[in-house]
Amino acid sequence: MIPLSAYVAVSAVLFATGLIGVLIRRNFIIVLMSVEIMLNAANINLVAFSHYLESMAGQIVALFVIAIAAGEAAVGLAIIIVVFRGRLSTNVDELNLLKW
Amino acid sequence: MTLPLTDLLAIFPELIIAATACLVLALDPITPAPRKGWLAWFSLGALAACFGITSLQMGVRTMAFSDLVIIDPYASFWKLLLYTVSGLTILLSMAYLKEERIHLTEYYGFLLLALSGMMVMVSAADLLTIYLGTELMSLSLYVLAGFKRADGRSLEASAKYFVLGAFSSGILLYGISLLFGVAGSTRLSAIASAVSARGLDDPALLLAMILLVVGFGFKIAVVPFHMWTPDVYEGAPTSVTAFMAVAAKAASFGAFLRVFLEGLGGLKANWHVLFLALCIATLALGNLVAIVQTNIKRMLAYSSIAHAGYALIGVVVAGQVTADSAVRSLGLSSVMLYLAIYALMTLGAFTVVALLRKGGLEGEAIEDFAGLAKRQPIAAFLMLVFMVSLAGIPPTAGFIGKFYLFMAAVKADLAWLAVLALLFAAVSAYYYLRVVMVMYMRDPQPSTGLAPHLVASPVLTVVLACALAGVLVLGLYPDPLVSLATQAVLALK
Repeated sequence: MIPLSAYVAVSAVLFATGLIGVLIRRNFIIVLMSVEIMLNAANINLVAFSHYLESMAGQIVALFVIAIAAGEAAVGLAIIIVVFRGRLSTNVDELNLLKW
Repeated sequence: MTLPLTDLLAIFPELIIAATACLVLALDPITPAPRKGWLAWFSLGALAACFGITSLQMGVRTMAFSDLVIIDPYASFWKLLLYTVSGLTILLSMAYLKEERIHLTEYYGFLLLALSGMMVMVSAADLLTIYLGTELMSLSLYVLAGFKRADGRSLEASAKYFVLGAFSSGILLYGISLLFGVAGSTRLSAIASAVSARGLDDPALLLAMILLVVGFGFKIAVVPFHMWTPDVYEGAPTSVTAFMAVAAKAASFGAFLRVFLEGLGGLKANWHVLFLALCIATLALGNLVAIVQTNIKRMLAYSSIAHAGYALIGVVVAGQVTADSAVRSLGLSSVMLYLAIYALMTLGAFTVVALLRKGGLEGEAIEDFAGLAKRQPIAAFLMLVFMVSLAGIPPTAGFIGKFYLFMAAVKADLAWLAVLALLFAAVSAYYYLRVVMVMYMRDPQPSTGLAPHLVASPVLTVVLACALAGVLVLGLYPDPLVSLATQAVLALK
């Protein structure tokens, strides 16, 4: 049987991947993907804990998170499309109208 | 499966707001253009109804949906504040959107959806509901921030807000998942008992706590998690900026205080130090960077960061384990008082900014205020009152807010923190009064030939009158609000 620590380790690696992805990648779509990876890292945690603690609550939370992640992706992609239309670029560094 | 009627009745205000939001979104395409204003009035009517219901619920304390949701005076306090602020924002938007030629009534739908998310946040007794509320609020605000679709700056604000907002939600959610692993439940009460069983040094708990601090830190915009604030506040349509600066901050504070006091109350000794550091960093950076700003929306953004720093003083007092519980409650009630006062004065200031026009364009630079006192003495006087109140000078409400916070700090043996905050308040007077100086002492630049003026409209008068009355009346007679906040804090244990 796979120990709980293995799930938590995978989830931690995924979370770190997402975190670093948001911080260093410059493409808006990859940033969005990294955020989704972070959410899924939390989902793995929730489902693994839920299984080992024999409490359904975690899986219910994970279901809600999946739904929200879908909503977030929809809004995010819509924003990317509007920005792209105006600027023909999805590079985060080119979002530079606002600075002091 | 059926939903019990008592549970549905408990969240009746949320249901009304969410239903109104959906109705506004659905009615928008079939409403003829000249009648679209009716939808805004319809939204206001729903807010007024909810205000009535929540005032009646003020003394009530019940749990609903098997303890996912709690209705207590604490939640009701925030809800009343949120209704007031949203109502004023809708009125302001009616004038602002007309001026900006944005004829999309979805705006009010998204505003109400954001509001219903905020209401869920403040009356959540479970981390799942808090997360859902936060996301509902944030997703609606991302859209609202980009509402001026023809303006690249607005879209950029929306994009930046989305990236950092989603990022912070991810961090918050990971913290929630760890807390679930520790406690076996996402109920705040279950987490509280797990915390007391595990003690102060449990590494998983500490990591989860830090992740929650980061996640909420982004939402309430404290240093070092503030970097999105100036850009988003500057780029977003001004009415949306006002709503974000006031309502989103109040709701995030409401959820954040409940999580840290009810759920993680056993870890006070740990988070107290963390918030002390955040508080000092926020006060210093917010106030110092605001000095060099030339755009008034950006200056107000840094000012809102600084005000989050002041509010954190009360949180630090509430987490001071050596102080007795009366002092800790005072710290907490002064945070609530401060945020309510901050809401009124900031909303007032943004209203003046939103409707200041210079030759058909928005006057956003502080220079655009030059000579306003000569052209429109009333508008200039209103801005004067809001600036004086933001600086915390008596007899305005801003002074009362700071007074209660500093008094709580002194009583909790944190007099040095109060002195430090007072020094930064003196710094803040410089940049607030600079706006006043520009309005009263300088003439408009003759080369442009465009005189600054405030767009006058009846709804605008109502908003400004409410904000002005709030700032002045609470400055002279704060007792009702103080007792409301005290009553609300008693519910939170």
